[in-house]
Amino acid sequence: MTTASRADAPVGDALAVAQAPSIKSVYVFEAPVRVWHWINALAITVLALTGYFIGKPLPTMPGEASDHFLMGYIRFAHFTAGYILAIGLLGRIYWAIVGNYHARELFWLPVTNLAYWREVFRMLLWYLFIAARPNQYVGHNPMGRFMMFTMYLLVVIFMICTGFALYGEGAQAGSWANRLFGWVIPLFGSSQDVHSWHRLGMWVMVSFVMLHIYAAIRDDIMSRQSMVSTMISGRRTFKD
Amino acid sequence: MMETFYEVMRRKGISRRSFLKYCSLTATSLGLAPSFVPQIAHAMETKPRTPVLWLHGLECTCCTESFIRSAHPLAKDVVLSMISLDYDDTLMAAAGYQAEAVIEEIMEKYKGNYILAVEGNPPLNEDGMFCIQSGRPFVEKLKHVASGAKAVIAWGSCASWGCVQAAKPNPTKATPIDKVITDKPIIKVPGCPPIAEVMTGVITYMLTFERMPELDRQGRPKMFYSQRIHDKCYRRPHFDAGQFVEVWDEESARRGYCLYKMGCKGPTTYNACSTVQWNEGTSFPIKAGHGCIGCSEDGFWDKGSFYDRITTIHPFGVESNADQIGGTAAAVVGAVVAAHAAISVAKRSIDKSRERSTTANH
Repeated sequence: MTTASRADAPVGDALAVAQAPSIKSVYVFEAPVRVWHWINALAITVLALTGYFIGKPLPTMPGEASDHFLMGYIRFAHFTAGYILAIGLLGRIYWAIVGNYHARELFWLPVTNLAYWREVFRMLLWYLFIAARPNQYVGHNPMGRFMMFTMYLLVVIFMICTGFALYGEGAQAGSWANRLFGWVIPLFGSSQDVHSWHRLGMWVMVSFVMLHIYAAIRDDIMSRQSMVSTMISGRRTFKD
Repeated sequence: MMETFYEVMRRKGISRRSFLKYCSLTATSLGLAPSFVPQIAHAMETKPRTPVLWLHGLECTCCTESFIRSAHPLAKDVVLSMISLDYDDTLMAAAGYQAEAVIEEIMEKYKGNYILAVEGNPPLNEDGMFCIQSGRPFVEKLKHVASGAKAVIAWGSCASWGCVQAAKPNPTKATPIDKVITDKPIIKVPGCPPIAEVMTGVITYMLTFERMPELDRQGRPKMFYSQRIHDKCYRRPHFDAGQFVEVWDEESARRGYCLYKMGCKGPTTYNACSTVQWNEGTSFPIKAGHGCIGCSEDGFWDKGSFYDRITTIHPFGVESNADQIGGTAAAVVGAVVAAHAAISVAKRSIDKSRERSTTANH
């Protein structure tokens, strides 16, 4: 269609749209899940960045101590993002209970279901360039779901437990964090060990984020199913 | 026989005025209100001295060395008189059979009423043969004496956690007291050594109130171990500001910036050093310009360098820190992602050109 005719047409590109091949879409992720996802993504970004610099601080600041509060602000950002992450997870658990089927996929794996594992294997073949096409899935693909459960959910629970245990050290005995998560410290042996494991958890989360983003973008392009926009609009579209 | 503390002190030439001064000081160091001073004085005037049997296992005697330097001169004298220290092979005059006889005598006479203080720990390998005292393994002596004790005080990191002799690979299987004595209340007073005033403070508390001090999750008295060195460190403002010593012996070190980057373990160490300090409140490691090494923490020998902030962990049998392990894993994942993306792009362009050529052929 030429530019001129487009300008003339009061109905826009209605004709082109009408002639285009139709694609099917299914509503997957309800609004609270999508909002949670993006807030969470932001929180994790802030947590990983600030956490890195808490363990390995930036070069020393010049001047008087009272001129700066750099480490204080970095730690404040870390703790705030940590609260958002934890409260977000609680909200997400609530939504898993009241939301649709796909809202629950993150929280459990059908480990005894052989058909599930067959699908995981099938996705593995797709990622290894052996299968030409992936199967179509409305929710998480089975392998993605496995990753979400093991590398996201379990890791994030680990990070919340160790993180608030460490936060409880600063908030000191009697604080809610110390009461609720203080038991984590002796479990690991000492505070220093909890710090080390918490930092290792950060690297696992960084690895997860890389895989997650890569897989989402790649499948968006190559699997002929929408991925990235699904987390914005909530609809999974199937292009054939 | 059953002298009260006050009688002992008067007998040793301490005036009543000095005695009351001591009571106020004790109340202050325990964080108690002035109204507790008469209570302490009353307790010391009326209560018979509790016998203490002080055993030494695998250790270096630094706990005793610290203890006898209890800051206030009066406290030093008084504490040694306060408790009836009936057996301590380092400090006692008696030796040999005579000394060993005291243990049996006290155990019989004060059954269930004496306190067992243990410095060091028993090695359990080879049936305890790595520490022999009076002809038998120390672990047997420890269990024997503990059987009639009211409570057990585990002095220092050795008795509390294991310390250097329990560091990997722990050839003698040196074992902390709470893993050997499981049927008695145990108070852990960790540190290598513990602060003198902390040691005397714990004993004074137990004698004054006739009960154990309140303990935290790991069995340490809350009054001395509920805060980290970092929480009360006088260099904390530099930490919050982000002012760190970057290398030894340069300007930031001379200015007394925070030693966090030099591996100071203050943020992960529970002890009273930054408040009570050492040698009559003269100083403590950070004040002297060196980071805390975390000597009162469990397994502090096995955490890698004293000068690293991010220290060694031992997951999956690998000895590296979290950044080395996690950073490597993340780099591998990143490389795999990049390679996979490259293959994906290549495959897609091959598929496309093949598709195009098939279309062209039609």
